Amino acid sequence: MAFLIAAPIPLQAHLGHPLRAWEIMVTPNPKSAMAMFGFVYLWYLMAVLVLEMWFEYRADFVRLGRGPGLKGRFYRTLSLGVEEDSPDSILLDERISRVISVIGIPSAILLHGYVGFIFGSIKANPWWSSPIMPIIFIFSAMVSGIAAVMLIYWAVCRIKKVPVDIHCLDAIGTYLCYTFIIDFVLEALDFIHRIYEADESFDILSLLMQRRLFVSQFVVQFLIGTLVPILILLFLQLRKPQEALRRKLLLASATLTLVGIYAMRWNVVIGGQMYSKSFRGFTTWKLDLIGGEGILVAVLVACLPPPVPVAAAGSSSRPSTTPKRPRRKPWRPEGRGAFPHRSGRNAPSF
Amino acid sequence: MRDDGPCGEAGRVAGRSPGKGLGRRTFVAGLGALLSGVGRPLALMVLHAKLARAGVPEGYDPKQHRYAYGIDVDRCIGCGRCVEACKNENGVPKDSPYSRTWIERYEIREDGEVRVTSPEAGLHGFPPMEKDPAVTDAFFVPKMCNLCTHSACTQVCPVGATFDSPDGVILVDPNYCIGCAYCIQACPYGTRFMHPKTHTVDKCTLCYHRITRGLQPACVEVCPTQTRVFGDLKDPKSPILKFLRSHRLNVLKPHLGTKPQVSYANLRREVW
Repeated sequence: MAFLIAAPIPLQAHLGHPLRAWEIMVTPNPKSAMAMFGFVYLWYLMAVLVLEMWFEYRADFVRLGRGPGLKGRFYRTLSLGVEEDSPDSILLDERISRVISVIGIPSAILLHGYVGFIFGSIKANPWWSSPIMPIIFIFSAMVSGIAAVMLIYWAVCRIKKVPVDIHCLDAIGTYLCYTFIIDFVLEALDFIHRIYEADESFDILSLLMQRRLFVSQFVVQFLIGTLVPILILLFLQLRKPQEALRRKLLLASATLTLVGIYAMRWNVVIGGQMYSKSFRGFTTWKLDLIGGEGILVAVLVACLPPPVPVAAAGSSSRPSTTPKRPRRKPWRPEGRGAFPHRSGRNAPSF
Repeated sequence: MRDDGPCGEAGRVAGRSPGKGLGRRTFVAGLGALLSGVGRPLALMVLHAKLARAGVPEGYDPKQHRYAYGIDVDRCIGCGRCVEACKNENGVPKDSPYSRTWIERYEIREDGEVRVTSPEAGLHGFPPMEKDPAVTDAFFVPKMCNLCTHSACTQVCPVGATFDSPDGVILVDPNYCIGCAYCIQACPYGTRFMHPKTHTVDKCTLCYHRITRGLQPACVEVCPTQTRVFGDLKDPKSPILKFLRSHRLNVLKPHLGTKPQVSYANLRREVW
């Protein structure tokens, strides 16, 4: 949720008139993919994530709301006037949460696929225009989400000073490996299709890849960000080295994966704007240091989401330690297939 | 034979169920009437407000006109007066690399290689070409908004700030544009840009403030060779009709299905 709230900030900073952004919600153009995306985003944020989290933590709100002072009042406000925390009501919360999760998974697919559609539906831009763009975006979101889950789990363990469960990392690594292979195959398919079809945009696109995007596409995205992590992860599926080495390899592959996915988004978004619409030459672009789309703002926005889950994890009052609550199974590492069941669908994406 | 369906005769006749207040059919029909009754005038009101902001004089009815534009490639001498007139008329800064219209010079070499240049959009004309026997052909091509019938730019605008006027001109409401630049990406002809001062999207309006008063767009007015031809398809005396009838025409990127209303005469295959 922290990631999802931070996600539109760069979009807002990109607007020529950020204060007019509300127009997208009040007078949307129904034919515009971007306008409809506002509603898809709002649905995922409000109907899925906010509701889901509220039901997950409602009993905690009620319990903490009984406390005195400002903190108590804050939690009473969050509980929205519901004061019931009997085991039956908690069981009901859990059931509702499960229903929302079932709605949440297709909603998440819709959200990430839709981002791909915003690019894939632009027929004026052959670098973007592709019917499998939404599917590539879904899989790259899954890949980056799983890799981020692994890194966040490790970081939270370090902050909370609890040992990192290697079986958990192994399981996330397995998921990452197979999802990444599908993602890679899809992107390779798109790439080969472009080369084989070689339509009127082929000349400029091949020049684009050879000159402007060589480092970010071939070196960073393909070699460092895709091939190396997939090979490491495949190796770890076949061999199990010692725990310390395994942990380092898994964390390294997750980090490289995130670098690769970042490079992929960079190549799509920036690459698509690097050549002229008449396919006759390249455009110039310089990354600013300051300004709405400068490096400083980008670093600031990138730093925004992590403190939220870190603060939440570090908070002593948050973990539901009340023994009477049969709310959720405690986390038990079970080797293969063991996966934090909440992380999967709340996986942050870039 | 007609199948009356489960409702049968009663369903067809009765919009109002006996003994009840408002029947379902009456409600749906009423809602439809209400939406079209309120929605249509509202949409028209919004359109007229947008057109008024675009500088339309009172009494101008966009439905009485259908504008089109023609460019004869063989006539263009690349003097750049159209670019200058456009920038003067429409407040596009001259020091800005952006322009609502621009001229490209194509140099075709005998090996098929094509070199395209457009220094400062052709504002100050073009430097003389170096004598190169390998260059077999050279010509100028003015470019501008292609007045697409199926415009990709208006389709993608999230807030409807850019819109098709009923007279065929595509306009941007600078008071409503949020500056997302999605239309800049969607335009296949690269004719839109972010105005450096207003931070909203800017494009050729065919000098809407002029043509709605019976004048020519500034670029057409100043063109010394009559490369650019403008007119109203609904006016039988319009020069555009003669242009369209007397030339073999082509449009840019016809495969994209945008159906431009800007027609090019004597267009070469190297021009995309």
